[in-house]
Amino acid sequence: MWVYEKKLQIPVRVSAPDPRMAKYVISQYGGPEGELSAALRYLNMRYTMPTGKAKGVLTDIGTEELAHMEVVATLVYKLIDGAPIEAIKAADLGTHYADHDRSLYWVNAAGVPWVAAYVSATGDPIADLHENMAAEQKARAVYENLIHLTDDPLVKDVLRFLREREIVHFQRFGETLMDVEEYCRQKKVF
Amino acid sequence: MDNGKQAQLLLQIQQLSFMATELNLYLDTHPQDQRALAMFNQTHQELMRHVRNYEQLYGPLLGYGYSPAAQNYWKWVDSPWPWEINY
Ligand SMILES: [Fe+2]
Repeated sequence: MWVYEKKLQIPVRVSAPDPRMAKYVISQYGGPEGELSAALRYLNMRYTMPTGKAKGVLTDIGTEELAHMEVVATLVYKLIDGAPIEAIKAADLGTHYADHDRSLYWVNAAGVPWVAAYVSATGDPIADLHENMAAEQKARAVYENLIHLTDDPLVKDVLRFLREREIVHFQRFGETLMDVEEYCRQKKVF
Repeated sequence: MDNGKQAQLLLQIQQLSFMATELNLYLDTHPQDQRALAMFNQTHQELMRHVRNYEQLYGPLLGYGYSPAAQNYWKWVDSPWPWEINY
């Protein structure tokens, strides 16, 4: 089970509302390389992993991704909160406002809703761990794209932290892959 | 809402909690690393000390019985939520 902790992983601050940036950042909430995809991908894969290490890594990184989803949600919320309707229209966020007002929704930057097809699970631990390593690199790349899209140093701080975490997760998945490969080799020998 | 003092205490918890998370992930793939293990245990002690102190002032940090209800009313629904705190 999970227990809620009434805090964000890191402080989230914005210099001023910026609905246009909110429209871009929301992709890391409900886009293909976003934090919902990441959390669900890892937590869903745990069941068919062969080793305690792999199950642990997927559980713990999957849980951290849930915390990142909350960080991204807060960032989007603060970027929209207090923005006048004229600014929302000017940022072409009217397409979001029409269906959702200022509430959050799992969409990518173009407004396309989240789908389970963003996530894969083959049941083959080697293939699945490679999938995760690729996912971490893609998420890192998207955070770098987002950093290029804002001038707000506070927003950049949050995006930089999240980008760094993808690099650490990539590293841990790489170590897990080597360990699982070793486990599979030994199983074949005996 | 200005939550200056609360945000300050929360930041120390966020830093310690981040260290614990990072060590946790590292230990998942390096379970034999004695130095990391010692750092994890030390971080845990520090984190718990800060969490208990924060909860005395601002109410429970964890739901479902993992934090005491230190006040004589249900502060969980009263203290600001993570997205409402101005850092
Ligand atoms: Fe990640």
